[in-house]
Amino acid sequence: MRLNCPLCGPRDRREFYYYGSEDYLNRPAEGAAPQAWDDYLHLRDNPAGVTKDLWYHELGCASWLRVTRNTLTHEILATELVADLKREATA
Amino acid sequence: MRIAGKGLIDRGTPVRFRFDGVDYSGFKGDTVASALLANGVRLMGRSFKYHRPRGVLTAGSEEPSALLEVIEDRQQTPNVRATVQEIFEGLEVKSQNRWPSLRHDLLSVNDLAAPFLSAGFYYKTFMWPRAFWEKLYEPVIRRAAGLGSLSGRHDEAAYEKAFAFCDLLVIGAGPTGLMAALTAARAGADVILADEDARMGGALLSDSGMIGGIAAPDWAAQVLAELATLPNVRLMPRTTVTGAYDNGTYGALERVGLHLPSTGDLPRECFWRIVAGRAVLATGALERPIAFENNDRPGVMLASAIRTYLNRYGVVPGKRITIFANNDHARQTARDLMAAGVKVAVIIDSRPDAALVEDCPVYAGAVVTGTRGRMALTGITVSHKGGNLHIDTDCLGLSGGWNPTLHLTCHMNGRPVWDATLAAFLPAPGAVPGLIPAGAASGVFSTQACLASGAEAAQAALQAMGHATADAALPQAEDAPYAIQPLWAVPGKGRAWLDYANDVTVKDVKLAAQENFASVEHMKRYTTQGMAPDQGKNSNVAALAVLADATGRGIPETGTTTFRPPFSPVSIAAMGAGGKAEGFAPQRFLTSHGASVERGAPMIEAGLWYRPSYFPRPGETTWRQACDREVAMVRGTVGVADVSTLGKIDIQGADAARFLDFVYTNTFSTLPVGRVRYGLMLREDGHVMDDGTTARLGENHFLMTTTTAAAGQVMRHLDFVQQAFCADWDLRTISVTENWAQFAVAGPKARALVNSVLDQPADFPFMACGAVSIHGTPARLFRISFSGEEGYEIAVPARYGEALFRDLLARAETMGGGAYGMEALNVLRIEKGFITHAEIHGRVTAFDIGLEKMISPKKDCIGKAAATRPGMLGPDRQQLVGLKAVGDAALTAGAHLFTPGAAVNRANSQGYVTSVGWSPTLGASLGLAFLQNGRARRGEMVRLVDHLRKIDLLCEVADPVFHDKEGAKLRA
Repeated sequence: MRLNCPLCGPRDRREFYYYGSEDYLNRPAEGAAPQAWDDYLHLRDNPAGVTKDLWYHELGCASWLRVTRNTLTHEILATELVADLKREATA
Repeated sequence: MRIAGKGLIDRGTPVRFRFDGVDYSGFKGDTVASALLANGVRLMGRSFKYHRPRGVLTAGSEEPSALLEVIEDRQQTPNVRATVQEIFEGLEVKSQNRWPSLRHDLLSVNDLAAPFLSAGFYYKTFMWPRAFWEKLYEPVIRRAAGLGSLSGRHDEAAYEKAFAFCDLLVIGAGPTGLMAALTAARAGADVILADEDARMGGALLSDSGMIGGIAAPDWAAQVLAELATLPNVRLMPRTTVTGAYDNGTYGALERVGLHLPSTGDLPRECFWRIVAGRAVLATGALERPIAFENNDRPGVMLASAIRTYLNRYGVVPGKRITIFANNDHARQTARDLMAAGVKVAVIIDSRPDAALVEDCPVYAGAVVTGTRGRMALTGITVSHKGGNLHIDTDCLGLSGGWNPTLHLTCHMNGRPVWDATLAAFLPAPGAVPGLIPAGAASGVFSTQACLASGAEAAQAALQAMGHATADAALPQAEDAPYAIQPLWAVPGKGRAWLDYANDVTVKDVKLAAQENFASVEHMKRYTTQGMAPDQGKNSNVAALAVLADATGRGIPETGTTTFRPPFSPVSIAAMGAGGKAEGFAPQRFLTSHGASVERGAPMIEAGLWYRPSYFPRPGETTWRQACDREVAMVRGTVGVADVSTLGKIDIQGADAARFLDFVYTNTFSTLPVGRVRYGLMLREDGHVMDDGTTARLGENHFLMTTTTAAAGQVMRHLDFVQQAFCADWDLRTISVTENWAQFAVAGPKARALVNSVLDQPADFPFMACGAVSIHGTPARLFRISFSGEEGYEIAVPARYGEALFRDLLARAETMGGGAYGMEALNVLRIEKGFITHAEIHGRVTAFDIGLEKMISPKKDCIGKAAATRPGMLGPDRQQLVGLKAVGDAALTAGAHLFTPGAAVNRANSQGYVTSVGWSPTLGASLGLAFLQNGRARRGEMVRLVDHLRKIDLLCEVADPVFHDKEGAKLRA
C-alpha cells in the first residue's frame, strides 16, 4: 500500500503510522456533555466502502494526513494535510 | 540423450555435478532436469503420499514431481525444482521422500494400500479412540509425511532485500514481454523486465519458428541486446514476480547466487519490492496434462516440455516418443522431434475430426487408457474406434490444452472468467488495478498475436500514465489458430492422476463430490488438491472440470480457480533478510556506550536503546553488590549517569506556552524563563500518557523532556494536537533527542563536580535551568533530580557527549563517586517514589498516581473532560502506594495483592506490584504498587502472592516516598 503525502509524494505504507477515524479531528468544545465525549472517543462506524482516516507520516515530514480510501477495493481516493483542513475550516 | 548441434547450452563448458551420490556431466545452461535427462536418468523423485516413482513432468517452475534437495556444506535446501536449479561445477543434489534409496523405497507399500488411502482417509480413520490422536496417530503420520528435509542448523548464508521503482514493470520475457518492454523502452519509459528464468526469451527459447526472418531465439537475443544498451531499462533475470499488492506494488524473488559454486559476496536470494506505475502481465501459459490410468510414470511429460528439452537443451527424453493431445498445438512438438531425427511412434488425438496428415501415424478420436513400466515408461494402451492396442514407447508427451498464467491477477481477489472456446480461465478485467494481462496470459496463443498484444499493452500503459508513446513495428511470426476440444480425464477404473504433487486422483475428486464436498473450496481441502508446492498450477482447472462433471454442473457454475501469493515458493530467509540477531531491530547507542563497555558494564535494552545496567568493580561478584554500592555512592557522594535516552522536544513560537498549557494538565505559561517545571500529560481518554520536565529557555522557547519509553508517542501526539487543533498558532516543534547528550550528576557532591567542569561556576536553585559553557562549548544545565539527591543534568551537543562523560567520571572518581547504571537508577527512584512507565502503563489516571490536583481547573487541556468521568476517581480505583517487605524478604514485580485471610483468586485481587528493588538506604525490599483505595490503607499489612515465582508473603503498605519525604536534599 502506498500513500501520496502532499509534501513528500507517494510513499510506502511502512513510513506511516495509522491512528483511526477522522472523527478524532472533531474534538468537542470545553464543557461539552459527556455523551459528546463518549461519541468522540469511542463510537465509530465500520464502513464497507469509502472511509476517511488519519495517518501520520512518522518516517517522513511528520505531517498528519486525512486519507480517503475504499476499504473494499483498497483504492486511495485522496490524501490531505490535516493542518490545511483545519486552517480552511477556521478561515 | 543429446542431439548434436541443437540447443542453447554452452557445449564448450562441461559442468560436473552429483545426483544421489553419482557424478554426472552436463553443460553450462542446463538445469538439473535437462542434464539428468541427457544422461538418461528418468527417475527423479517419489510422490508425496503413495511414494510412486516419478520423473520430470514439466520444464518450468510449475514442476510438481522432480523436487530435490540441494546439499551444501552447512545448508540443505529442500523441495528445489529440478527444472529450475541450474547446474554448476560441484553442485550436489539428492532425491527426497524415499528410504533407503530412490529405486528401493520402503514406503512405496503405501501404493499397494492405495484402495484404503483415498480422500479423507485420515479424517475417517483416526477418529477413535480420541486419546490415540495425540499419542499415536499424529506422531506416526507426521513421521511418514513431508517431502524434503532441512539441515537442522541455522541458515548462516546471506540474503538481501531491495526496493525498486519504475514506470512499467514487464513480468515475463517471452514474445509478449519482450515486445512490451521494447515498445515502452523505445518511448523512453523507465522499464523493469523481470523473468523467472536464467535466460530471457520465455517460449521463444523452445521455439523452432522464425520471427522477422530470423530464428525465434535469435530474435529474442537481438531484442535483449537492444534493451541492455538502454539506460532506462533494467533486466532482471532469475527474478520471479511472486505477488501483486496494493497501489502498484509487487513482490519479487531474485535467485542471485543459487546458480554459482560459491556466492562470494553475493547473497543467495534477494527479495524485491517493486513499485510500478503500470505493469504488463506477460507470463505466458502453462500446458495441462490429461488424466488417465497410471499417467504418472517416469517418461510421461508435457508435450511442451519435450519441445523445450529438445530445442533449448538439445535433449530428447526418449527414443520412441508418443504424443497424446486434445489440441493442434502439440503437433509442433512431434514435428520438431521428427525434424531432429527422433522417432515419433504415434500421435493420439482425442478429437474425432483431428487432421491426420503428419509424417507419423495419427489416431484421431483416440485416447490413452493406460501405461506400463514401473520405474520408467515402457508402453501405453490406446483405445480407438478399431479397438485397443499396445504401443511401445519410452516417452509420452501430454497436452490437455493451455492455462493462461494469470495467478497474479487473483492476488487482490480477482476471480478468473471461464472461456469455453479456449477451455480455460482468463484474467478478470481490471482484476489488479494497473496490471494489464497480455499475450498468452490473456488467452492469445500464437507468437504473432503475442507480439501484437505485448506492444498494445505497453502502449496502453504509457497512455494511461500520460507518457509519450512511440510506434514499434511488429515483425512477422507464426500465427496458427489454436483449436482445442476439452478432454480432462479419460474414463476408466484405475487411478488417474490430477495433482501429481499431492497424489490426488480423479477418483478422489469424485469421492469428495459423492460425500457432498461439492464446492471447490471443500473439495480442495478434502482431497488436498492444489495444496502442494506447485499450488495446483498443473491440476486446478482439470480438478474443477472433474468436479463439475461429477456434480452435473458446468464449469462456470461449479466455481473458479484462484491463486494467492506467492506465485512460487519464497524462502522466509529472503523475505526476512537482515532481520536475524542484531538485525532484528535497529540499535541505538549512547555517546557514552564505548566508555561504559570499557568499564565492564553489561548493556541492557531499553526500547531500541542500549543502557548500562551497572558498573562492576573488582571484588564484586553479583549485580546486587554493584547496585547497592552505586545507590550508596549517589546518596553519600556523587554519581554520574547517561540520561540521553529521554525524549527531548524543542518547542518554539509565540504560542508555545499556550500550547504547553493545552497538552499538559498543569500550567506552563506562568513558568518564568530559566525555570523547569514537572508536567503531566494525559491522553484524550483521561489516562496518563507521559510525564517529564519542561524547561523555559526563553520567552518563546521551551525544551520538553519525555520518558524514554514514550518519546515517539509524545512527539506524534504533539504533532497531532498542533496540526489538528492549533494549526494557525505560531508554533514549531521538533525532536532533538539525538542532538543532545545529557548526563545526570546527583549526590551531596554534585554541585562541586558540576562546577569543576563548567567554565563559570553555576549557583542554580532547585528547578532552575540556563545556558553554561564547558571549555568554551555552549551547554545547558538543569537543576533537576530523579534520585532524590541534589541533582543536575548537563546537556552538550551530542558530538561532545563521550568526552564530557569520560571527564565527569574521572572527576567523580577522584571525589569518591563514579558512574551508576540502570539498576541503581531504578532503586534510587523507587526509594523516592518517582514513577516510570512501569507505573504509568496506559491504564492509570492522574487520580490513581495521586496527581489529580495537577489538572488545572482554570483551563482546558487534552484529557481533562474524560479524566473526570465517573469511575476515573474514587476509592474503587487502585491507587499508587509504596510497599515495604518485612526483614530480608524480597518483593516481586507482577505479584498480586490480597487482603490477609481472603481467598487467593482473581476476583479477590486488590492490586498488583509494578516496581521493586532492594533499598540499601532503608535495608529493605521496597516496591511501588497499585492497591484498591490504597492511599487510605497506609500502615496496613497486605498479602503478596506471585504464583510464577512461588512467593507468598506479607508486606506493609506505605507512602510511595520512602526517602527524604520533605525534599530537603533536593533543595539543598
